[in-house]
Amino acid sequence: MNRCVPIIRIQNLSKSFKGENGEVRALENINLEIYGGDIFGIIGVSGAGKSTLVRCINFLERPTAGTVFFDGKDMNTLTRKELYQVRQSMGMIFQQFNLLMQRNALDNVCFPLEISGIGKKEGRKKAMELLELVGLPDKANAFPSQLSGGQRQRVAIARALATNPKVLLCDEATSALDPNTTRGVLELLKDINKNLGVTVVVITHEMAVVEGICNKVAVIDEHRIAETGNVGEVFISPKSAAARRLFFPGDTVERFAENRCCRIVFDGSSSFEPVIADMVLKFRRTVNIIFADTKNIEGQAYGQMVIQLPADEEVAVRMIEYLKSKGLAVEEVKDFV
Amino acid sequence: MFDNATLQMIGEGFLETLYMTIVSFAFAYVIGLPLGITLVMTDREGIRPLVWLNRLLGVIINLLRSVPFLILFLVLTPLTRAIVGTSLGPKAAIVGLVIASAPFIARLVEGSIKEVDKGVIEAAESMGASPMQIIFKVLMPEAKPSLIVGSAIAVTTILSYSAMTGFVGGGGLGDIAIRYGYHRYQTDIMLVTVAILVVIVQILQEIGMKLAKIGDKRI
Repeated sequence: MNRCVPIIRIQNLSKSFKGENGEVRALENINLEIYGGDIFGIIGVSGAGKSTLVRCINFLERPTAGTVFFDGKDMNTLTRKELYQVRQSMGMIFQQFNLLMQRNALDNVCFPLEISGIGKKEGRKKAMELLELVGLPDKANAFPSQLSGGQRQRVAIARALATNPKVLLCDEATSALDPNTTRGVLELLKDINKNLGVTVVVITHEMAVVEGICNKVAVIDEHRIAETGNVGEVFISPKSAAARRLFFPGDTVERFAENRCCRIVFDGSSSFEPVIADMVLKFRRTVNIIFADTKNIEGQAYGQMVIQLPADEEVAVRMIEYLKSKGLAVEEVKDFV
Repeated sequence: MFDNATLQMIGEGFLETLYMTIVSFAFAYVIGLPLGITLVMTDREGIRPLVWLNRLLGVIINLLRSVPFLILFLVLTPLTRAIVGTSLGPKAAIVGLVIASAPFIARLVEGSIKEVDKGVIEAAESMGASPMQIIFKVLMPEAKPSLIVGSAIAVTTILSYSAMTGFVGGGGLGDIAIRYGYHRYQTDIMLVTVAILVVIVQILQEIGMKLAKIGDKRI
């Protein structure tokens, strides 16, 4: 796949809706490039505009300004028929699965094939293969009402893949699922990306989803893109307040906001050294660990910790120096919130 | 209780009623179904918003629905004559019944189609389905159980309307009930015809509910 030309390029895109009290802005001047083979996460709190953004990618919502290039084609210039065809090369899955309740699993997967005009026999064969791919070959004749949430989402994934799309758009695809099922569905998306080369765009409000599968991430906040980059980079040194807010549970932030706190980020090598304990022993002053979390991102261990430093300004400064000398990224979070 | 001639008359009335009801329902549904779907599709929030058409259809439907059935039936007499050549008998009744019940069916269909999950429609759109494909592959199949329930309601309503046409020479059981039971004070004939109507309604309603349940895969 050509890595130099983005498969999806969102250019100066804005979207507003006509509400009862005038215009409601949903997206403002969005610019994003998503390359073939990426698993691209778009993360933001609810109301930030991420669902609108994903709907603008396949023009379920027509942007008020700006445009989207898909595979080099300007979506704004497409005729209705061409748009239908382009949509067939973009699969989409949803939070509520949106399966046809009156069709069984196999016929649900056949549905996009019928739309694209593929014969019934050929369609059924392909649909069966896809059900095998998502691990549900024995549920072909089951109706959605007889399936669990995770199984429904797997059927929806099979359905979205039926027309061999280049891109799979996932709108909060795991938000209605429990943690275990979520993990399974995310693994499946990862496999699909790896084995079928399908570019995956993941819309979510959960950091865990981005950490779990994405290589790139865009943080969307207040209808704008606050920050974008590789997941590792954005996670280690978030530049925007919006990104930092997403990485901390909101309530813990409030409590230590008035004290001198710092956030320490560990990369794979140092997270297993007892740096904090060494520091406490060296300075003979205690620190208060307020928040700590270590994670596995793309096979490397990353961790972060927020500690409250002693009230003594001089000691605090020296502690920060000490941590920095150990090669850790240290950042004061006094200005936080 | 009754002599043979009376029994035969009631039998014929029964068949006439069935004939009027079924034929009227068929014609009315052929008009009402596309009308109802058009109402949903052209709605402001619909798949192909077309507000002026939506408003126009809405006004026509409300107009026809707000005129009391018997009055509408009488107003339509010239039209009926033009179409079937007479304003009396079951055939004439069918014209009035179709025009009176098609708007009613359109509203029932509209309600059923609107029940279809918006997300499912969105999913179909995301796959590149055209509006026609959405109608035939999503809206109608997904709304089928509800459409069948609506049909049962429509059939029974048409049945009771058909009985009313007895007042204005429409034929069928209603005609018998009015001529013999009402005008000639033959209460027994009145009761029998009413009983038959009640039984027909019960049976049709039951069939409709059963069909809807069998066809529904949501449970």
